[in-house]
Order: sequence, then C-alpha cells, then structure tokens
Amino acid sequence: MKRYSAFAVAKEAFSYHQGWERAWRSPEPKGRYDVVIIGAGGHGLATAYYLAKNHGLTNVAVLEKGWLGGGNTGRNTTIIRSNYLQPPSAAIYDLAHTLYENLSQKLNFNIMFSPRGVLMLAQTEHELRAWKRTAHANRLAGIKSELVDAERVKSLCPIINIDGPRYPVLGGLWQPRGGTARHDAVAWGYARAASDLGVDVIQQCEVTGIDVEGGKVTGAQTSRGAIGCDKLAIVVAGHSGELARMAGFRLPVESVPLQALVSEPIKPCMDIVVMANTVHGYMSQSDKGEMVIGGGSDGYNAFTQRGSFQHVEETVRALCETFPILSRLKMLRQWGGIVDMTGDRSPIIGKTPVEGIFINCGWGTGGFKSIPGSGWAMAATVARGAPDEIAGPFSLDRFAEGRMIDESVAAAVAH
Amino acid sequence: MLLLTCPNCGAECAETELAAGGEAHLKRFGPGSEDGDFTSYLFQRKNPKGVHFERWRHAFGCGKWFHAARCTVTLEVFGTYSAQTTEPPKEIVDKVKAKRPEWEGW
Ligand SMILES: Cc1cc2nc3c(=O)[nH]c(=O)nc-3n(C[C@H](O)[C@H](O)[C@H](O)COP(=O)(O)OP(=O)(O)OC[C@H]3O[C@@H](n4cnc5c(N)ncnc54)[C@H](O)[C@@H]3O)c2cc1C
Ligand SMILES: [Zn+2]
Repeated sequence: MKRYSAFAVAKEAFSYHQGWERAWRSPEPKGRYDVVIIGAGGHGLATAYYLAKNHGLTNVAVLEKGWLGGGNTGRNTTIIRSNYLQPPSAAIYDLAHTLYENLSQKLNFNIMFSPRGVLMLAQTEHELRAWKRTAHANRLAGIKSELVDAERVKSLCPIINIDGPRYPVLGGLWQPRGGTARHDAVAWGYARAASDLGVDVIQQCEVTGIDVEGGKVTGAQTSRGAIGCDKLAIVVAGHSGELARMAGFRLPVESVPLQALVSEPIKPCMDIVVMANTVHGYMSQSDKGEMVIGGGSDGYNAFTQRGSFQHVEETVRALCETFPILSRLKMLRQWGGIVDMTGDRSPIIGKTPVEGIFINCGWGTGGFKSIPGSGWAMAATVARGAPDEIAGPFSLDRFAEGRMIDESVAAAVAH
Repeated sequence: MLLLTCPNCGAECAETELAAGGEAHLKRFGPGSEDGDFTSYLFQRKNPKGVHFERWRHAFGCGKWFHAARCTVTLEVFGTYSAQTTEPPKEIVDKVKAKRPEWEGW
C-alpha cells in the first residue's frame, strides 16, 4: 500500500497524479475463508481490520451486497461522544472515542475527526435530572463530561434560543471531547487498511442463505456463489433479522427508518454539535456550511430508506423554535437509514444459538460513534470464540437473563 | 404517508392519527412458563423484510386496537382486520398470497 502523506502528494504532482493506486483490492471471492463477515459498514470493516491487526487472522472476507458504507454508516449524522450512562456502555463507547482520536494516523487515512464538542440540551425538568445523573455516572467512570446551565449553553452556541416557550433550555450535558468525523472515510479507511493486511473486501456480493450443519455454520450462499467458512460474523444493522432468519434464529431487534436532512450551505454559525433529544432533533454544521440535521425514527417496522414525511415537519418545526435562524433555510436533501432497535437501546455483540456464528447489531440510532470500539471487541470475540471484557455484557442472552443495559434514559433516543 | 382503515370505526386514518403497536399474534406466556417461551414472547421478533402482521391503535380516533397486514419494503397495505383474533383471517392471507406468490406464510 502506498502511504498517503504530504510528501507523497508532492511527489505524485510530478507525474500528474497518475501514480496513485487503488485504495483497496477488488478480489474475486475464494471458495473458503477462516472468517466471513457479512456487511461492509463501519462495524464489519472495523471487525475485519482488528481481526487482522490484533489477532493475525487474515484469511478473512467481508461480503457487502451493495457498496462500502452504503448502509447506515454512510447515512448518519456522525455524532461521536462517549458520555453514556451505564458502565458497560461507557467502556465500549469510550474505547471507541479514544481510538477515533488518532484513527487517521493509525489507518493512514484522513477520517476528518473533529472534536468540536457535543452538547446535549435539557429542555424539560426530567431531562435535566437525567443529565445530572449521567454526569455523575460519567465522573465515576472517568469520562469527562459536565453539566452546564442555560447561560453556558447560550455562550457555547449563540444561535440557540434558550427562552422557549415550548422547549426552554434549562441546561445541558457538555462533552468537549465529542465531535464528528467523515462517515464514508471511516468505512474507506478501515477497508483500505484491512485490504492491505490481506482481507478480501468483496462488494456487490449479497448473502442469500447461511449453511448450518449439525448446529454449526459451514458457509454462506451468495449472489457470487457459495463461500465456506469456519466462523461467520453477521454485521448488517437493519438487516439483522433477515440474516438471523437465514441461520434459523430470531433476535430481539426491530428495524425502523431513521432520517436526516441537510440545508443549503450558509456561513459558519455553529462550531459545536447540539442534540435536542426532547424534540428529536440534532444538528451540526458541515465543513461545506450545510446544517446537518438528524430527525426522529418511524414508530413502525420498515425498510424504506427514506422515512415518514411527517417526521421532517416535526423535526424542523421543533428545531425552528430552538434555532430561530433556521426558519428561512431551504432544505436540500433528505434520506433515511434502517436502524436496528433493541428494547434497552444497547447493542448486541457476541455468540448466537448457532455454533460459529457471531453477531454484532442493535446499534440502532447511535452506532457510528462506536465503530472502532465495536470492531475491536467483536474481533476479539470472533478470534477467541468467546466474548472479551468489553463485549461480554452485550451478549444476546442478556435479554433472557434480565441483564438489560438501559440507555434509553430521558427521551428514548441515544444518538 | 401510510393510510390504514380502522376496522372498528371505519375511518381511513393517516399514520399521524395512529399509534403503532408492534408485531401481532404473539403468543403470550406468563409466570411459570418455560424461560425460552417467555423470552421469545417478551423480546424476540420476526422483523421481516416483507409481509408483516402488526398491531395498531386508532389513538386519535375511536381509541381501539386493530391489526394490519403490511409490506415493510413497499409500505403496501394488504388489509386491516379485527384485533380479536389469534391469527390472520383467511381473506387477508389470500390477499397477501395473491400479491406476493413467493411469500412463505406467516
Ligand atoms: C439518519 C441516521 C443518523 C444517525 N446518526 C448517528 C450519529 O449521529 N451518531 C452515531 O453514533 N450513530 C448515528 N446513527 C447510527 C449509525 O449510523 C449506525 O449505528 C451505524 O452506522 C451502523 O453501522 P453498521 O456497520 O452496523 O451498519 P451499516 O453501515 O448499515 O452496514 C451494514 C451493511 O450490511 C450490508 N448488508 C445487509 N444485508 C446484507 C446481505 N444479505 N449480504 C451482504 N451485505 C448485506 C448493507 O448493505 C450494509 O452496507 C445514525 C443512523 C441514521 C440512519
Ligand atoms: Zn377507529
């Protein structure tokens, strides 16, 4: 792999930038791999990378039915923070957050990590108390995050109207280390680094069946032929139920559309990320100047990657009150992703009822921020055949055992 | 926008008038039942990409529950029916079969 650097850019300039090689190989699938990963979103690709990097497993394929990061990884609003309430969440999200901080250097790919700070507004008494509790929990977990009052909110983000009347801002939970990253770049960076270590990243390869013999996985049927494997990792977000059905089990997961929209570009007016969970709206400004807005999720199962129209109206109406400057902005694009929701709003990582099949799903509305930590823990789990410390609490059997990891907190959303 | 007809009062409702209630026809298991059955009833869902039988409540109308058969990919509604049943009625199953010959059954 040719390394990217300022020097390389200068050197390539002499040959009219014709010497750059493809970022990753585009191999034909082999008949058999040690590990097959289904889904080339951030989580699948990070799992592949850490399998190779941390565990020396390189006879690995990542199968993707569409294109790299074409699922939720390339559709999200890229908020990264780690100030979660429960200790197991704090552990995995903070591992991810810490890995994000120098991921560009590690992968030699600019993922544009921008730790501009994330502010979660408290717009009801209930929410204020929930954030207070979270702030205390964060302090115990050693995660820097602080409760701020309304005045501080105003000084951090002057375009916010803190007076209400419907949604007065009472304060907020502020994590200065939080921020955003370029979503596609995270997928591309992991794909390039994994491919360089010998992992086959195979696009346009849909898994249509899973072969199980005597309770053990033997391979997958795909649109490009049968592929044998010893271990199979299902990392397909909204499609988890479908893949589980192919393997013969069910999951405590439901798939719903979650949507986002962006405005026309305007001059810089907001240099932090603001989340308003009460009204299901969250916003940041992209480098191009667009306001990137995340909205609510539909209340019913669907696979339409667009979402209900009334949610656009609800989101925009509520945000206009909190950010009056938005009222004259034109929205340019709107889209949806299919998010995999669990009852406790925490992910599932670990073994399944079928021997050799592992699953990583249930990240729902908030799994972009966790990609590096999730890939790290998933790789360890797949390599050892048993969950590591980080993944352990997120096992599928926590539902039967009543070990919920409740992250729905105030507003039943956790982005 | 999704439109469903409430079989209780006959109104044609937009989704904003309704509250979604998740998968229909779950077999309920109570205290004393097998762990597996109880877990399955409480948490595990079919979550199909395709034909889905689900519960809805006419929340801002007559207030009553009903069931719907709907495609989660196209949002096509095959029909709505009374919630006083443990399985989809034959005419709904026939309607689904007519439109989705490859459907595996519910
Ligand atoms: C609008 C929106 C906003 C969001 N905002 C945030 C945010 O601000 N912060 C945050 O942390 N998270 C956010 N999220 C959540 C985040 O995007 C997801 O949790 C995360 O991207 C999931 O990554 P993944 O790799 O698990 O899934 P995906 O990126 O969806 O990847 C799964 C892949 O599996 C492939 N696949 C599916 N079925 C098959 C098959 N049969 N064969 C082969 N391949 C298959 C799909 O094509 C897809 O590429 C948001 C999500 C949405 C939709
Ligand atoms: Zn009615």
